[in-house]
Amino acid sequence: MRNVELVKLFGRRRTWVSLLLLNLLPTIVAGLLAWTGLAPRPGSGPAFLSAVVADGSLFAIAALAIVLPLFLPIAIAVVAGESVAGEAQAGTLRYLLIRPVGRTRLLVRKLGAVTAFVLAAVLSVAAIGFLVGRLLLGKGTLAGGMISLSGSVLTPGDIAWRTAVAIAFVTISMLGVAALAIFLSTLTDSPQSASLGAMAFLIGSSLLLTVDAARPLQPYLPTRYWLSFVDLYRDPVLWSNIERGVALQAVYVVVFLLAAWANFTTRDVTS
Amino acid sequence: MTTTPETRTGVEPDQSASSRGPLVIRTEGLTKKYGSVTAVDAVDLDVRAGDIYGFLGANGSGKTTTVRCLLGLVLATSGRIEVLGSPMPKAAADVLPRVGALVEGPAAYGHLSGRKNLVIHDASGRAPSGPHGGGRRDRSRRADDVLEMVGLGAVGRRPVRAYSLGMRQRLGLAAALLRQPELLVLDEPTNGLDPQGIREIRELLLRLHATGTTVFLSSHLLAEVEQLCTRIGLLDRGHLVLQEALETLRTPTGLTLVVTPDADSAVSLLGSAVEHHDGERLLVRADDPIRLNAHLVTEGIRVRELGPERRTLEDVIEERTRARAADEVPT
Repeated sequence: MRNVELVKLFGRRRTWVSLLLLNLLPTIVAGLLAWTGLAPRPGSGPAFLSAVVADGSLFAIAALAIVLPLFLPIAIAVVAGESVAGEAQAGTLRYLLIRPVGRTRLLVRKLGAVTAFVLAAVLSVAAIGFLVGRLLLGKGTLAGGMISLSGSVLTPGDIAWRTAVAIAFVTISMLGVAALAIFLSTLTDSPQSASLGAMAFLIGSSLLLTVDAARPLQPYLPTRYWLSFVDLYRDPVLWSNIERGVALQAVYVVVFLLAAWANFTTRDVTS
Repeated sequence: MTTTPETRTGVEPDQSASSRGPLVIRTEGLTKKYGSVTAVDAVDLDVRAGDIYGFLGANGSGKTTTVRCLLGLVLATSGRIEVLGSPMPKAAADVLPRVGALVEGPAAYGHLSGRKNLVIHDASGRAPSGPHGGGRRDRSRRADDVLEMVGLGAVGRRPVRAYSLGMRQRLGLAAALLRQPELLVLDEPTNGLDPQGIREIRELLLRLHATGTTVFLSSHLLAEVEQLCTRIGLLDRGHLVLQEALETLRTPTGLTLVVTPDADSAVSLLGSAVEHHDGERLLVRADDPIRLNAHLVTEGIRVRELGPERRTLEDVIEERTRARAADEVPT
């Protein structure tokens, strides 16, 4: 048992319910698409939905695009916001610290558990999306490749590695959310406040992206490059926004984790 | 000062040893301020090996803040803290595995059983080598042992959600005992227990004390402290106003207590030797209680009770806290 925090997180029914709910929305969308055959016109609606009717395998990536703007960050903000503040609220934080578990060590374990949850969430959405797509929307023409956003044909090999990179990119984007929520979780003894605070930050960021006057700020907003994984399906791949997205998330992760560490290791635990 | 292994076994749990034993907790000028409020003000504690130290104080007097400082949960504003011979919170990783604690009520994960909570609690920290070690191999056995000790053997597998307040309190105590600590720091350990439970816990603490565990017990229940403790410290609005062996506090005052239904005739007989008169109770200055008794009886005064006056803990505490209130400069 290397990480007790993993056991605690995944031993809890709430964690599994949130993963289940996270996968429910894409499954419903796939069901509706299969039933009606009505795909949005290319260029409207969530990314890739127009393509999946032709090829169900692509639903893995479409499912990620469906949950990325709201559902995925909510689930992660809830779990990460719970990490330290949840222990504080239950009163177990003081007993962990006098067991003793060093404060830095505890924070690293919490980060490990939250990262595992992020991976589980992203991978399960992609895997279940793939399965549901294959079952409900048919195998399509995967063997013949897919039409890229630039109009050329991508081979199955191309699609496979691009999808792997897309999953990694989404995971990194979500780690930014996780780091923010963990930081807020060390500030308060209320897990709800930490989760809602993180959500408010993300909603604020999404809102500012739609305001022209906020243009100078936009390259630094955490949600700015979230949907840039779509660029992986251009031919050739348009790397510039993906690179910027990774760099930006790395800065957010480092800054928020350092802030969380600085705060948690020097504060009075009065819960 | 270092605590050597033989201090654990070499300590006699009696009064004389407690005044000579090595220091288990020592603070010098411990002060904690929250903003402009001083919760704990220049407290100098000394708790020795073999003590059952009763840490008394009204609600809000700073007991819990002091306990949290000792355990490194709250960082002191100034002053020095030594626990088991090492500075806190600097040496927390070495000190805390040898300390078991119950701070401001128990806490556990409600969806897990009591036993699983203990196992998880134990697994979350490192298992040091030596007498306080015990790794994952005997973890379940130790969990079962302590559940048995606190009287939860039969319900250890039920989820904590279904526990009563008293059962949670026992589970918290079990967690504190899991690693056979040299020092037990217990904040209100009998909270929520019924009289039977209080007696059981008291007997358990006395048993542990007899095997060499030092107990630091914070409480506002005087009766509990009076029955259990060998030394007491009294905190009044952040100040330590008293730190003494209980025996010393309760030494006879030199006056003789006489209880008689003929109080008025006794007063007129003894005159100025009567220091205090309250109903049937008289406090008399007398060199020899035997002669006093003979004197009273030969004068036809019926004596129901006669003996040296001992102050109760309550008297002492009232006196000390009143004295400090009188010192205070009105603002």
